[in-house]
Amino acid sequence: MDDPLFWHRLQFGFTITYHYLFPQLTMGLALLIVVLKGIGLRTGEAKWNDAARFWIRIFGLSFAMGVVTGIPMEFQFGTNWAQFSARTGGVIGQTLAMEGIFAFFLESSFLALLIWGERKLGPRKHFLAAVALFVGSWLSGYFIVTTNAFMQHPVGHEIGPDGVFTVVSLAAFLFNPWAIAQYLHTMMGAVATGSFAMAAVGAYWTLRGEHPEPARVSLATGVIAALAASILVAMPTGHHQGRMVAEHQPVALAAMEGRFESGPNAPLAMIGQPNVAERRLDNPILLPSILSYIAYGDFSANVRGLAEFPESDWPDNIELLYYAFHIMVGLGTIFIAVAGLATLLLWRQKLASSRWMLWILALAFPFPFIANTAGWMTAELGRQPWLVYGLMRTAEGGSPTVHGGSALFTILGFAGLYLVLGLLYVWLVLHEVAHGPRPLGAPAHGAAGQGGD
Amino acid sequence: MEALWFALAAGMVAIYVVMDGFDFGAGALHLGVARSDGERRQVLAAIGPFWDGNEVWLLAAGGVLFLAFPKVLASGLSGFYLAIFLLIWVLILRGIAIEFRSHVRDEMWRTFWDGTFALASVLAPVLLGAALGNVVRGVPLGADGWFALPLFDSFSPSGALGILDWYTVLAGVTALVAIAHHGALFLVWKTDGPVAARSRAAAAWLFPATVALWLLSSLATLAVAPDVLRGALARPLALVCTLLFLAGLAVSFVARRQGRDLLAFLGSAAFLLGLLAATAASVFPTWLASTIDPAHSLTAHNAASAPKALRYGLFWWPFGFVLAIVYFTILFRLHRGKARAAAEGEGY
Ligand code: HDD
Ligand code: HEM
Ligand code: HEM
Repeated sequence: MDDPLFWHRLQFGFTITYHYLFPQLTMGLALLIVVLKGIGLRTGEAKWNDAARFWIRIFGLSFAMGVVTGIPMEFQFGTNWAQFSARTGGVIGQTLAMEGIFAFFLESSFLALLIWGERKLGPRKHFLAAVALFVGSWLSGYFIVTTNAFMQHPVGHEIGPDGVFTVVSLAAFLFNPWAIAQYLHTMMGAVATGSFAMAAVGAYWTLRGEHPEPARVSLATGVIAALAASILVAMPTGHHQGRMVAEHQPVALAAMEGRFESGPNAPLAMIGQPNVAERRLDNPILLPSILSYIAYGDFSANVRGLAEFPESDWPDNIELLYYAFHIMVGLGTIFIAVAGLATLLLWRQKLASSRWMLWILALAFPFPFIANTAGWMTAELGRQPWLVYGLMRTAEGGSPTVHGGSALFTILGFAGLYLVLGLLYVWLVLHEVAHGPRPLGAPAHGAAGQGGD
Repeated sequence: MEALWFALAAGMVAIYVVMDGFDFGAGALHLGVARSDGERRQVLAAIGPFWDGNEVWLLAAGGVLFLAFPKVLASGLSGFYLAIFLLIWVLILRGIAIEFRSHVRDEMWRTFWDGTFALASVLAPVLLGAALGNVVRGVPLGADGWFALPLFDSFSPSGALGILDWYTVLAGVTALVAIAHHGALFLVWKTDGPVAARSRAAAAWLFPATVALWLLSSLATLAVAPDVLRGALARPLALVCTLLFLAGLAVSFVARRQGRDLLAFLGSAAFLLGLLAATAASVFPTWLASTIDPAHSLTAHNAASAPKALRYGLFWWPFGFVLAIVYFTILFRLHRGKARAAAEGEGY
């Protein structure tokens, strides 16, 4: 613990995990808001725009949290990972600067119009503002994922004699195959979060018999999008991610599966506890040959175990990595089932009367957040002990002049600040949900809607 | 090419100060110039559509520094570690205060966020000004290009250096007053009624305060970093920038008295822009001067990314910059005229 690196990692991991709670929601909602506004524009029915107006308010609150928690991320490359930044700025500085210039300006300029401009702009231009915001937020996702993909699978660079990285092919770096795979999977994860949130609020209103029209619209849009996203996040994007890991980070794959020995017909562990000291998986329940198929598309393929790799290249938290991966995949399977069943009921026009299903939907919204967080932990823990895979170790990346005491001070500061902000955010969102959609241009609160309720 | 990127990065920092400066200034003054809830919401309506975009200039400038001079970014941010996090926390509180305040109609809730907003808007320019003070004064960079400074140590002119010491705090206070003046002129331009009248009165005394503090800081700079002022006199570009900021200062005074409010605000913008540009032109090529040995200083030459990376940056940077200008033009056009407090529940 007297190693400052531990605190740098804790701080970065904590602040990025917290930050990502908000962008996954806003990126998902951005798409769904475009859908709602688009249908509203075509049909001219007020309920679509009413629902969109409600979701834009939730978007605005979440966006504010995303912005203020994103700013520290940008700085922490320099404050906590100074040696990493000094060596790789010539590569990842490109995408981080592009993100600011191409994405954040776009988002921040058009959000104000979306939130305030419905009357001023008229329906068509207001729809365009929603599209601009969607493009901005999905672009910012691409640039940041590309940055991360370089750390996972470095391409398009060269390393000078002083160890400094320089981009030598901007195209190769920007269209890193890892980035494309990671981006598609991440965005589908974000849509899962957004659509389950939308379905949850729709289900809640339906259960209470409130705001019937926007409730129906939110429920239907949320459920259908949730099914699409849940399928796409597993097949083809999650599957493809698994193959990339098998090909380029085989030691990470072995750790994700708690697989210590090599061999053909590798089973997929559904349940089990990795026992690293004894080098085995305790109490396993296995699906035979499935891992071989996922990793190499062949049920009899050989999948290498951890024993084949030097211990110095093993991820340093195999247990957490294993659980993170299994939580993600397990939840992903459950999402397909839940969203599939809900869609079936919707199609049979029985959803609004199936109270048990509405309860499930109303309570399901936290799980995509968990799955996304677990997914990133898989990616980031699996990358260890490398900061840039195969080229630069995490231990080489910290800030030489920042000691553990300073880092702990700032971790505690973030913990306190983020706790308070998180509580306020949840409270405000609940306040909005309780209030429901507002009519266009009417005062916000009825006489009874005073604060503090 | 390193010189070009030095200019781009410094220019983006200067744009950031001018842009976020007006909303910092408005925030620092709003408890005084806007007394009722309606007036406060008018101030928020004036800056609301812009503040986040303004802050993106900081991120974009940071990105450019990262791309072109990664060693400067790494050494500076890690060396100023605690001060950077103070700034970050202040920016977090400020953003949340703006966004959350008007969501709930409750007097205590709003009073709390108004106070938070004012405090954060005061602290942010002080910290940014102190950062500039550190850059001008220099930091104890070693031969390996890293340094660490205590957050504060002695505040006496002969004592040990700190991130906050007598000189940098003076720079911070100067920045605060200049930015409050800038924000007052913005509010004079963008609001009407009592808010505009009180902002005009505030600008009237903030102007002499800005001039006095600026002179005082210049004298102090002569004492701690004489080379910077010498550079300013010796370099034609620095002299041009100096003339620009003096002209801007004069315009901000004269135009305000004549009631040409937009011109007065632009004069103040030219003042801030010129002052920062003149500083950059006089310290070039040094980003971070070493107080131990000038040979250890991080400069645009020894801390730049490889030429290939810089060349790639030039492919896309101009497009992004033009797009950013387009967005801001759209934004200012759609929000032209005096800001009105939004209806309750719409906007800020
Ligand atoms: C709702 C969220 C969600 C769900 C249900 C899933 N994932 Fe996922 N997964 C993510 C959200 C996510 C993510 C947060 O988007 C990650 C983190 C980094 C990344 O690229 O995507 C991720 C990473 C990630 C990785 C790690 C990549 C690496 O190590 O770099 C693999 C192998 C998979 N996913 C595979 C799957 C499979 C086979 C799933 C089957 C159901 C699955 N994911 C469901
Ligand atoms: C939003 C999703 C993300 C989450 C939840 C996440 C999570 C984490 C976690 C938990 C760690 C700590 C790992 C450890 O201590 O072993 C970490 C480290 C790190 N991540 Fe991520 N990460 C995310 C995205 C990113 C992105 C997009 C980047 C790059 C642009 C990035 C860069 C880093 C760096 C530099 C470290 C520190 C070095 C290290 O421990 O490897 N992360 N992240
Ligand atoms: C180390 C990694 C990261 C950094 C440095 C970072 C930085 C930032 C910053 C500075 C902002 C505020 C922008 C503004 O002022 O408008 C922001 C917001 C945002 N970030 Fe991140 N971010 C990181 C990780 C991620 C990841 C992994 C994603 C998505 C895959 C993401 C997506 C977004 C989006 C969509 C926004 C817009 C605000 C919102 O929708 O909540 N970020 N980020």
